[in-house]
Amino acid sequence: MSDYFSVFDLPRKLQVDEEGLRRRFYELSRRHHPDFHQLASGAEQASALESSALINRAYRALRDPIARVEYLVALEEGRDHRSAESDRSGAGRSGREVRDGAATRPKPPRDLLEEMLEVQEALEEAKATGLDEAARAHLAGERRRLVDRREAIDAEVVRRGAEWDAAVDEGRHRAPLLAWFKEALAARAYLGTVIDDLGQALGEGQEAHVSHRRH
Amino acid sequence: MSRIVGIDLGTTNSLVAHVDDGIPTVIADAEGHALLPSIAAFTPGGVLVGEAARRHLARDAARTIYSVKRLMGRGYDDVAAELAHLPFEVVPSAEIVRIRIGEREVTPPEVSAHILRALKARAEAFFGEPVEQAVVTVPAYFNDAQRQATKDAGRIAGLDVLRIVNEPTAASLAYGLHKLADGIIAVYDLGGGTFDVSILRVHDGVFEVLATNGNTHLGGDDFDRALVEWLRADIQARHGTDLAGDPEALQELRLGAEAAKCRLSFEERTALTIPFDGFTYHKEITRANLEELIGPLVESTLGPCRLALQDAGLDPGQIGEVVLVGGSTRVPLVRRRVQELFGRTPRSQLNPDEVVALGAAVQAQILAGGITDMLLLDVTPLSLGIETLGGIVSVLIPRNTTIPTLAKELFTTSVDGQTTVDLHVLQGERELARDNRSLARFDLAAIDPMPAGMPKIEVTFLIDANGILQVQARELRTGKAAAIEVKPTYGLTEAEVAQMVEDSFTHAEADVNARLLIEAKNEAVTVINHVERALTQGAHLSDDDELGRIRACLAALREATGGADRDLIRDRTIELNRATERLAEAMMDRALKDALGSKRAGEILEQT
Repeated sequence: MSDYFSVFDLPRKLQVDEEGLRRRFYELSRRHHPDFHQLASGAEQASALESSALINRAYRALRDPIARVEYLVALEEGRDHRSAESDRSGAGRSGREVRDGAATRPKPPRDLLEEMLEVQEALEEAKATGLDEAARAHLAGERRRLVDRREAIDAEVVRRGAEWDAAVDEGRHRAPLLAWFKEALAARAYLGTVIDDLGQALGEGQEAHVSHRRH
Repeated sequence: MSRIVGIDLGTTNSLVAHVDDGIPTVIADAEGHALLPSIAAFTPGGVLVGEAARRHLARDAARTIYSVKRLMGRGYDDVAAELAHLPFEVVPSAEIVRIRIGEREVTPPEVSAHILRALKARAEAFFGEPVEQAVVTVPAYFNDAQRQATKDAGRIAGLDVLRIVNEPTAASLAYGLHKLADGIIAVYDLGGGTFDVSILRVHDGVFEVLATNGNTHLGGDDFDRALVEWLRADIQARHGTDLAGDPEALQELRLGAEAAKCRLSFEERTALTIPFDGFTYHKEITRANLEELIGPLVESTLGPCRLALQDAGLDPGQIGEVVLVGGSTRVPLVRRRVQELFGRTPRSQLNPDEVVALGAAVQAQILAGGITDMLLLDVTPLSLGIETLGGIVSVLIPRNTTIPTLAKELFTTSVDGQTTVDLHVLQGERELARDNRSLARFDLAAIDPMPAGMPKIEVTFLIDANGILQVQARELRTGKAAAIEVKPTYGLTEAEVAQMVEDSFTHAEADVNARLLIEAKNEAVTVINHVERALTQGAHLSDDDELGRIRACLAALREATGGADRDLIRDRTIELNRATERLAEAMMDRALKDALGSKRAGEILEQT
């Protein structure tokens, strides 16, 4: 089973020339997009649709450093590209499927959870009683701090990405790095949730924020 | 390969366009009008569309449907709040919106189909050949049900909708032909009833949408409503009359307010004068009055702009161009606020009313193979998910994912021997299923009875290039395709659409017949009047025998016009014409003689 890296003839590494990847994405799209197969047979149209969908998903998984690490972690854990894109299938109950998302998405680090307790409490209070000037300033400050913190994690993820690639080249043991990536991803996902909640409490951007947490 | 036209099916106006020798061009009607008002009047004599229907608004408001786009793919509950503003009656139901017109009920796709049919006829008259394929645009923020409803409308109108294209993206294609510089562009599209913002990267002919956002219930209509409410209160205060109970008067006021709003885009102040029953209303309105009324509405478009930027991972400063689309972007306040947000002067060289249709024509040309260097990569505007235990939504395809795209999920059974599994598919950004738009319920049926957890059903959720969901299921163990029954929540079933397609042929024929009958009767009446005049003026030029025959034919035609047999009316009209031929000549001859003295008519004709 080919992975998303091979769709673009890339080695399975984290440092990617993103300009080059985009050019390749456009090139492949020009070849496979359904717009250019409108006059073809039904079978050809269906195949263009499938290829195009695969190319689009592959590009989404690789186009930015964080998405790449998420995808790589899924790959390294032995999930092929199909299950990597939907790692949540599970056993059904009462006719509906149930996700085991909690099992595949590690819990955020305990110290982060504890650290967030104060912010969460302030949030609960804001939800219950509304925001006064001081509380608003406090929450806005917290939000800025968390955004900075997420950016710091992202920078570190990129730095360790270079380390990972070097380890691949030299055939070194990579398990500790992989474990670190998983933890970092969990931490930033959790931070994202709190950032969105704070944003909502501060009245920024309405409902659309909610879905970030599930990416 | 037949022609593919591009259609902008708008809330207020609709257009059809094609690419002529490399240049996208709007097709005008016989009088030279490019815009077709998106209005359909269901009169006893048949359905009128466009300008003719607009004239019916102030006469028979309950049978004249406008802004139907706002009802497409919607449920009764979605639109309940705005029903007070609409003069026509919407039938309460748990499902799709239905509009009552006399004894009949019509759905929004059927009303839209009348508009599409008029555009189709316009294009056919222009090309002199049948037109059966089209690209139709929709607001980028339209959900699956609204897109499907648009496709259904096309089918009912006899059009194969090859592609649904997002309006802001279509506009960018039209601008793209005019050598848009490579870079990031923002398209701000505020139409009659919908608002979209799309952020695109344009590079070497590729138009890649990075993010889109919007509101499918915000547009110029809402500006009009704000103004109408304000004027209505003023009328009540000054004349002591509440227009609320008079739909026709309210429509007069609405049309007057709409026109005043448009004038205020170019003038600082304008006067409105409407003669009502019992009094004449006169009002001076300033641009400042209007801006105060619509200020909050304009403000509410800025949030989606910021969210789109955020989803694209961009700051306003990174936007290279801002393009304005839609008639409502003529409003100076809108231009000002957009300019402030993006920090640059927006472009609007192309007519904001026409640019979407032009872009649809470009996309039609791409599909036809006539343009090969442009490629549009669009996104799905809303996250797609399924309901899981406890009513939580699990997202399968996040919003702003490039389409086409797909997601696969495995499902199984929970009870021994269970043979069906049902899935509830939703669209939206909220965590709870009940806060999102329910798209459909799918029944995976005919699973072989097995112990619980044994069947492995792989379901593929595919969003095609139209932004429309297709679902396929396969039992992995046997490789057998699983049967899926789709129950759209706010849509027409396949059977209903098929029925409407059939009905439309019957109705179309009935409509044509009604028109032909009216024309035949009109002609008969004209002939009868002529003959009656001739009999009083020229009876002395005829003999009893001839007069008898003429009177018999006249009576026969009179009798026929009382009925509904068009052929009989036509035949008897011809008979009467024949019976009076000689008399008519004799009268002409006599008239000429009288005018010219002694010369005979024949001599005069020879001399000229």
